[in-house]
Amino acid sequence: MADLIFWLFWGLTVASASIVAFSKNLIYAVFSLLGTFIGVAAMYIFLNADFVAVTQIVIYVGGILVLLIFGIMLTNRITQTVISESSFQKMFGLTVVFAVLIMVLIPVLGHTWTNGEPMAFQETIHQIGTLLFTDYILLFEVASILLLGALIGAATLARKER
Amino acid sequence: MLEHYGTALALGIVGFLLMYAAFIIQKLVGPKNSTDVKLDTYECGEEPEGETWIQFNVRFYVIALIFIIFDIEVVFLFPWAVVFKDLGFLTFIEVFVFISILVVGLAYVWKKGDLQWVKMKLKYGTGRYSASNLLEKENLKEAA
Repeated sequence: MADLIFWLFWGLTVASASIVAFSKNLIYAVFSLLGTFIGVAAMYIFLNADFVAVTQIVIYVGGILVLLIFGIMLTNRITQTVISESSFQKMFGLTVVFAVLIMVLIPVLGHTWTNGEPMAFQETIHQIGTLLFTDYILLFEVASILLLGALIGAATLARKER
Repeated sequence: MLEHYGTALALGIVGFLLMYAAFIIQKLVGPKNSTDVKLDTYECGEEPEGETWIQFNVRFYVIALIFIIFDIEVVFLFPWAVVFKDLGFLTFIEVFVFISILVVGLAYVWKKGDLQWVKMKLKYGTGRYSASNLLEKENLKEAA
């Protein structure tokens, strides 16, 4: 049963990702990105990373996707512009894609995979919370400074448009 | 643990199906005598004006960006809420510092006026909200 659900989510992720890549309508592409994000969140759950999965949904589905849709809404004369249809520098793109594919395949094929017992599912948020507020407290505070920088930088950049 | 996610998945599937069931049932049993007025876009009872695609004000984008920053902040606060009982008051101070740093950002965007809402003014559009119409109203106000 779990295997079946895993493959269903695999199909959802791949199918919606290919719609993103091949759709000629930008709005369809953005909305099918929703399926990709949810599928990836399901992958995280199968990898026993529940906190990452929830974060994926909260930030990517709830935030980044809204931002992307806003980006399209901001586009001037959206009905006349054809943005995602054109593709150029195909040879160069294909070369880069194959190079990355080989780079990924070499370690995957070189590794000897063992079919051990899968790890028992357990919640990770307690461990993350404990580590975040004891060993990695400095990084936690630095993260807030990073967010502050992102907030001020983004607001400044976006404001210049007016 | 995994079966809890099964419950969540079942809930999601049932929600999805219920939504589609509502559409399918109304398609099957609902009467089909549409007129032009019935098929018109519902705009709170007003007659719709202009096109469906309008360019959004860039200010909405800034607000969405600010939203994402505080979205990420909440993600950091969630593990804190879970372990707060075990780790005690010290973590409260740590989170206080964390939020204080981000409040500086909120104060910055507030002071710079990014959170201010805008009056809708269509530069080239027609209708109630077009620039010429709004200008007329302002002139009337001044005259009165």
